[in-house]
Amino acid sequence: MVTLAEDLARQQRSISVAEFFEKNKHLLGFDSPTRGIITTIKEAVDNALDACEEASVLPDILVLIKKIESDVFRIVVEDNGPGIVPDQIPFVFGKLLYGSRFHQIRQSRGQQGIGISAAVLYAQLTTGLPTIIISRTGADQGAYRFLLQINIKTNEPDVLEREEIMWDRTHGTRVQIEFKSTMAAKKRLLEYLKYTSVVNPHARIRVELDDETYLFERVSDEVIACPQAIKPHPHGIEIGQLMRMLAASEDTSSEFLVENFTRVGKKTADEICKNAGISPGSRASSLSPVEQKRLLQAMQEVKVPAPPTQACLSPIGEDLIAKGLEKEFQMDFVKARTRASSVYAGHPFLVEAAIGYGGKLPPDGNAQILRFANRVPLLYQQGACAITGCIAGVSWKTYNISQSTLPTGPLLVLIHVASTNVPFTSESKDAIAAIPEIEREITLVLQELGRELKTYLSRRDKNRLQEDRARAVCAIIPEIAAKVAEIVELPVPDIAPIEGKIMKKVLVKRYLREGRVIIEGKNYTSHPAEITVYDISSDSGKGASPEPSIVTELDGEFTKMWKLTLQPGDGWTAGYAGSGGGTLEVRGIPPEQVVVVDIDSQ
Amino acid sequence: MTPSDEMDTKTHERLLSIAMKWYEQIKEGAIPSISMPTRTKQNIEFDDESEVWKYGDRESVRSAHTAKSALHLLKMSYVIWFLKTQLIEKRSSTLRELYYISEGWKRAKFSAQDESNFLIEDLEILTDLQREAFHLRPEEDGATIFGPLRIREMTRRGERTIHCQDDVGEAGYQIPSNVENIDLIEHDANFVIAIETGGMYARLIENGFDQDHRAILVHLKGQPARSTRRMLHRINEKFGLPVLVFTDGDPWSYRIFASVAYGAIKSAHMSELLATPRAQFIGVQPSDIRDYNLPSDTLTDKDIAALQSELSDPRFASEYWKSQIELQLKLNLKSEQQAFAARGLDFVTQEYLPKRLTEMGILS
Repeated sequence: MVTLAEDLARQQRSISVAEFFEKNKHLLGFDSPTRGIITTIKEAVDNALDACEEASVLPDILVLIKKIESDVFRIVVEDNGPGIVPDQIPFVFGKLLYGSRFHQIRQSRGQQGIGISAAVLYAQLTTGLPTIIISRTGADQGAYRFLLQINIKTNEPDVLEREEIMWDRTHGTRVQIEFKSTMAAKKRLLEYLKYTSVVNPHARIRVELDDETYLFERVSDEVIACPQAIKPHPHGIEIGQLMRMLAASEDTSSEFLVENFTRVGKKTADEICKNAGISPGSRASSLSPVEQKRLLQAMQEVKVPAPPTQACLSPIGEDLIAKGLEKEFQMDFVKARTRASSVYAGHPFLVEAAIGYGGKLPPDGNAQILRFANRVPLLYQQGACAITGCIAGVSWKTYNISQSTLPTGPLLVLIHVASTNVPFTSESKDAIAAIPEIEREITLVLQELGRELKTYLSRRDKNRLQEDRARAVCAIIPEIAAKVAEIVELPVPDIAPIEGKIMKKVLVKRYLREGRVIIEGKNYTSHPAEITVYDISSDSGKGASPEPSIVTELDGEFTKMWKLTLQPGDGWTAGYAGSGGGTLEVRGIPPEQVVVVDIDSQ
Repeated sequence: MTPSDEMDTKTHERLLSIAMKWYEQIKEGAIPSISMPTRTKQNIEFDDESEVWKYGDRESVRSAHTAKSALHLLKMSYVIWFLKTQLIEKRSSTLRELYYISEGWKRAKFSAQDESNFLIEDLEILTDLQREAFHLRPEEDGATIFGPLRIREMTRRGERTIHCQDDVGEAGYQIPSNVENIDLIEHDANFVIAIETGGMYARLIENGFDQDHRAILVHLKGQPARSTRRMLHRINEKFGLPVLVFTDGDPWSYRIFASVAYGAIKSAHMSELLATPRAQFIGVQPSDIRDYNLPSDTLTDKDIAALQSELSDPRFASEYWKSQIELQLKLNLKSEQQAFAARGLDFVTQEYLPKRLTEMGILS
């Protein structure tokens, strides 16, 4: 038995993170070549957007995808961000779990520092080619070009080449990665970029896919305020993190709590220490594992206000969501809502949502669902996501939308969950976990928007009904006119004036009576109408009452023009001696609001 | 020009004037419309002077500004056009035929016969003429009349003079749909009895009641047709004969009496032509059920509700009706006319009617 245990112990060795990744690609979104290309672009674009945000720059991002061999693709993502200082570049791209944001408590797209280096590793594993990085931090600095790989055994960067080069950008970063993949998921890739553009309306993203070019234009010139980092909240901390922080501290336990946590003052810190059974004056770094556990327990139980949420979260905002949607989808109705921020397990979060309806959305089938976490589109595992569950949980029929599990019809639902710590179901960050506080917020915002949609739909239906009715009437009245004329044995009367009345329009008619040309205008609308009447005929219009504003002659044809304003319900008449004929025109009012009838010419 | 030609000309003119009005409206740019009395129960009023039910002052305007009303006006134009053609060609048709004729009118086609009947009634109101003037007749066969009365009828095959006892079969003379084509010549009667059921009508003829008491018998056939009511009205008006109504002893039959005497909602526009305000009710009275111990049935919930609504109906707002209806509610019973047969086939003619008519001052 002892021999066996020793044998096993000999086989046990620490595996590096890089080795672990190689064996567990699916956890990071590299489970298939098809998906790898999307994950890579996603990670690179997320980094670019985050970097621009930190530097308060309006992002200009270029994405190039080029087929090199039948199954090898070159992917280039270039941004105008602040750039990376040369000494840092190998670590950012060549070492897994190296990131600037991992230890910060604020909303950001990338978090764990795995994403882009995982792509570097994926390239290295599939094609053996190094990744090329160019970066420049400012006009007065040189640009540097690196060729990098990752040492799989040690998870340390291998710098194959480093040189200062000429680059036309004053600041920014360019990553070029080549790996084996397919473009089977091209549609999904473009979808990802489109959705990214919807929630980042301040970004311009240009895509060159072999010979095709796509441009996702920016619609807002506002730089997003970069969310600020906050200290962790005593309720939102886990044992591992607490142990690391304690070990690095040189303070007393009480000072440690006040210094490192939000919402903790001297009084609260002493209360936590007392409840944990440790002396407030003891050194934080000297606490035993048992004491550490008691401390965590006491921290979680102490009564403290929720963490501040405003500064560390950056909602997109109702206006920009609506703008972003309008630019990428043609819809009849768009409404967005940003909920007030809230807290789950000590982590600030907020939910934003939008509903779009009609227009060019497909009329049948399930509603289109756009899920976002910290402004990053979630493309996979829709069914496993709490957002999808919440959408299915709303009773859409209440809002006059049909539903079969998910709502159906020409409907688009956008949900954005922003948090300092978005609770994903797995490391591939595809689906949000079912946290009751978050689900509640999603449900509430959907109900709010549902009511707005219902109001819109019922108003639309009412208008449609009125229009249908007016159309029906205008179809029946000519038949009445024809039949009545048959009965009284007279010519069929003109029904255009009645249409004007029923359609609630401005009506202008001209007719001859006892040697005089009469022009009548009547405003059947509910708004004042400013119109210009052009009466063109061989009559000079001399002695017209009221006198025309202008009379011009051309080859014996006189144009008599009257400018007038008709208040709702008002009428107007002009007359002059003449024989009529010619044409009558009305301008200054949209054609759908006016009916012109030249009675005697018909 | 014969009187019927004159009538046709007048009808033609009146129908055309409706169409002309719409024509003018359309020509002036106005939405065609027509206004007429609101034809609902709420707009029926008792006219004290003529003692009949008429439409009140409430008017509703049908204007083509909604699809529904526009369609109504379109259908009306089609009907006017059809009636005009019919008048010119000297043809006639039944209400049912009119309904089928509309099959070819596309959008203006009637969806049910009720709709076309109602529209014809509208036209009667608008022209102040009866549908017979439009050469339209109901398809139901008219009721019959039996008694000492001589009339002259203008038939399609010429003039006929008929005595309603001597020149007719056992069932009597059939009242045509257009009573205006009848001249009442002479009579040898004391009164008229209008009878609800065919069984009682036949009983009175078989027992010779018309001869014994010089009575004109009219079969109402349930809720009487217009022509039957018009006939009663005309006999009453021309000869001044008392009109007596003999029905079953239940709330529905009292309403038959009320429509003979005071008019009905559907035809309130011609109550003055159709109603006979001086008509009197013979029975079966609730007190008869009690006094003669007639075979009877228990009142249903509907019967009770109908009796109660009659208590607040101005047509029954007399001491006589109040006490009779209250008695019936107390008895909780109703009887048919023919229940008198329980006391022998001659009882109604030998005992009940002579006694009741004496009571009413008709017989002395």
